[in-house]
Amino acid sequence: MELNKIDTGISTKEMILNIVLYKEDPNYPTVYRYFRRQEMPKQPIVERIKNFNEVALGFEPDQAIMEASRCLQCQDPQCRRGCPVGINITSFCGYVREGNFDKAISVIRESNSLPAICGRVCPQESQCEAYCAMGQTGSPLAIGALERFLADYELKKGITMPSIAPITGKKVAVIGSGPAGLTVAGDLAKLGHIVSIFEALHTPGGVLAYGIPEFRLPKSIVAAEVDYVKRLGAKLETNMVIGKIFTIDELVEMGYQAIFLGTGAGSPYFLSISGENLNGVYSANEFLTRCNLMKSYLFPEYDTPLIVGKEVVVIGGGNVTMDSARTALRLGVEKVHVVYRRSEQEMPARREEVLNAKDEGILFNFLTYPLRLIGNSRGWVEKVECGMMELCEPDETGRRRPVPIPNHSFTIDAQTVIIAIGQGPNPLLSKVTKDLETDRDGRFIADEWGRTSKRGIWSGGDVATGWADATVINAMGTGKRAASSIHQFLTTGQW
Amino acid sequence: MYQIVAEIELAPNIKQFRINAPLIAKKCMPGQFIVLRTNEKGERIPLTVFEKDPGEGTITIIFQEVGKTTKELGRLRTGEAIQDVVGPLGTPSEIRNYGQVVAIAGGTAAAVAYPEIKALKLVGNKLITILGARSKDLLILEEEMRKYSDELYITTDDGSKGHHGFVTDVLKKLVADGKKIDMVLAIGPAIMMKVASEITRPFNIRTIVSVNPIMLDATGMCGVCRVRVNNEMKLGCVDGPEFDGHLVDFDQLMARQNMYTEKEKESLHAYEAKMKK
Ligand SMILES: Cc1cc2nc3c(=O)[nH]c(=O)nc-3n(C[C@H](O)[C@H](O)[C@H](O)COP(=O)(O)OP(=O)(O)OC[C@H]3O[C@@H](n4cnc5c(N)ncnc54)[C@H](O)[C@@H]3O)c2cc1C
Ligand SMILES: Cc1cc2nc3c(=O)[nH]c(=O)nc-3n(C[C@H](O)[C@H](O)[C@H](O)COP(=O)(O)OP(=O)(O)OC[C@H]3O[C@@H](n4cnc5c(N)ncnc54)[C@H](O)[C@@H]3O)c2cc1C
Ligand code: FES
Repeated sequence: MELNKIDTGISTKEMILNIVLYKEDPNYPTVYRYFRRQEMPKQPIVERIKNFNEVALGFEPDQAIMEASRCLQCQDPQCRRGCPVGINITSFCGYVREGNFDKAISVIRESNSLPAICGRVCPQESQCEAYCAMGQTGSPLAIGALERFLADYELKKGITMPSIAPITGKKVAVIGSGPAGLTVAGDLAKLGHIVSIFEALHTPGGVLAYGIPEFRLPKSIVAAEVDYVKRLGAKLETNMVIGKIFTIDELVEMGYQAIFLGTGAGSPYFLSISGENLNGVYSANEFLTRCNLMKSYLFPEYDTPLIVGKEVVVIGGGNVTMDSARTALRLGVEKVHVVYRRSEQEMPARREEVLNAKDEGILFNFLTYPLRLIGNSRGWVEKVECGMMELCEPDETGRRRPVPIPNHSFTIDAQTVIIAIGQGPNPLLSKVTKDLETDRDGRFIADEWGRTSKRGIWSGGDVATGWADATVINAMGTGKRAASSIHQFLTTGQW
Repeated sequence: MYQIVAEIELAPNIKQFRINAPLIAKKCMPGQFIVLRTNEKGERIPLTVFEKDPGEGTITIIFQEVGKTTKELGRLRTGEAIQDVVGPLGTPSEIRNYGQVVAIAGGTAAAVAYPEIKALKLVGNKLITILGARSKDLLILEEEMRKYSDELYITTDDGSKGHHGFVTDVLKKLVADGKKIDMVLAIGPAIMMKVASEITRPFNIRTIVSVNPIMLDATGMCGVCRVRVNNEMKLGCVDGPEFDGHLVDFDQLMARQNMYTEKEKESLHAYEAKMKK
């Protein structure tokens, strides 16, 4: 274990001793000050850009204890307010500090059924950690890393199954197996309902399976979390495109008393600029799906091909952009450029992943936007012509609005262009479900309990309205609320 | 897993499989297709549902062995199973009484056109079918087509049977002869559909084609199947596969179909080398 150098000049031995003292005397006041925030070890940059293994390696037990010891155990902890599912953070940190990892993970499990995933992909810097009291004077507690540590500890040991309520005989259909659907399914199965999950793809997990790359979220972790939900009793049916194989009304006729729509935002936006249909131009969804879901980085052992040139341009500034850029890099390309129309501060991507991307040598072009994609005579993309922007007054999202600077254009060579400017709900299901209200973008209109305009139908996650950021934890949060509302409906009949 | 319950070799490298897929069999309509993946490491490929038997719970597919996936699929035998089959996908064909319909089908696409020809016939259309292949032994579904056609023309590229030439030659002649044509259904290689659409364009004859872009998820999630139709981006898998042939940008479709040619060859070579061992 590597300890960070500390301000006070106290030796490692002394620090460990302090923890022991701390353990014996809960009133020992200042131990947390002795430590700097512990950072997870990472794969060295030169190596990780050549493989798809996980970048961050997770805490060792003593490192976790040390980090948890930094927790101030606030009387009125703010961190918990920053957590969309309200995990009792101070409580689990207290147990970690005592080395009681089993108890600590059980505290997390009370509010979060996918901790190994959230510990890896949640934007903690703008959630729990942003509220941590220690952040005001120094570095906040590494809450995400601790959550991940505990979840991995539990997975290694084998998850202890909670008790499951007696079968109620009520049938629930969950459409989509992303984090929203999995949460609903898990919670309702635990309460004894008969839950079937219908998933369109051949592998469950939603974005966790097809979008977020292996090096950030190993697929074995996703599979383990899905397996947990199955062991709770939920039945998973893959290769089922609802809207095609069954309509919502047919599911009702088949006896499903409650239906949850968690179909995500899977439909890619394009730029509507010239050259977009040239060969070598991908939507981020296509690029990532080929790589993650179909494992084309193992081609030809796996059959699905993916073509990347020497130079790649990725357009956008969110997590999807970072994932596409870093995936491309790992496929052995020479240069990856990110083209983003605002400045670095406005980038919606998680800070940590932007830093990882920079460390790995991704080149960033801020205040830059694509004007057109230029192809060669064989119909393959060759260059991206870009314009420049300057920032003006903030728009309705509070971010400063970019405005093009006239007559400022330049080109970047690229044989591969990945469009990662966002995605909206897939209209496949809403188109055939006429009596469900949607907003302008095609999201199902849902109240805070996930209830849609149709009795007996709930929706949550990226496909539903009513919440701000499209994140895994928010999808789970909406799933939790919908599950409790569904349970109430099934037991009382009240909508 | 989806079990193969019967297999027939229709022609060299063209096979017909009946597959156990009761839910799809109940739901599938003419013009719709499935996506299958032969095994864990396999690619997802689209194939049209040729026939369905809701009573037996089976669907039938016909496929030509052109590359790695279809060759690997072709090695499976009755009793063996396909890892994943998902469907029905795509928008069903618009089946109504147009009057006199000329249906042209080139190559294995006869299997794609057949369900629609049959449905069009059953709602009262008069069917003039033009069925073509490279040569006589690659000609499939002649008897089935005859059953649902009022007139049937056969063409072969090498002249080994019927008219010596392309299916589009016959279409051209029918149009030139002033035959009353209310609708043309053209299904086959992109180039054939392009030529057919050009033949009917000056006469303003409604022409429906079935595009065959590369697909991945086939649920509208990836955009690889995008096709320019009337200068708008459409998704072949959900908005199609059938479109107005006069509005489709076939050149772009053909360019995009070739995106992975190199890799497809590599994949096939690796597979053949493995099979030799
Ligand atoms: C590349 C990428 C990186 C991201 N990184 C992060 C991150 O680091 N941190 C973070 O918090 N968030 C991140 N996000 C956002 C996050 O993944 C999503 O907000 C979250 O997955 C939404 O969950 P969901 O359950 O609503 O939908 P999804 O995860 O989208 O799952 C929906 C599921 O429904 C299925 N489905 C769709 N239609 C049908 C149908 N008709 N019938 C049956 N099944 C259907 C889909 O196949 C899919 O499996 C990222 C997103 C992407 C794309
Ligand atoms: C809606 C639709 C319905 C189809 N129905 C039939 C059918 O009933 N019978 C039949 O024989 N063929 C059909 N095809 C074509 C069939 O999907 C391809 O022949 C098959 O994918 C070839 O795969 P391969 O690995 O064997 O060959 P490869 O060597 O990989 O490819 C040969 C050619 O097939 C096309 N192709 C490759 N991969 C894909 C893919 N993932 N999706 C679509 N096209 C691809 C490309 O144009 C490529 O150049 C259909 C295609 C579409 C889009
Ligand atoms: S195949 Fe992916 S959107 Fe059509």
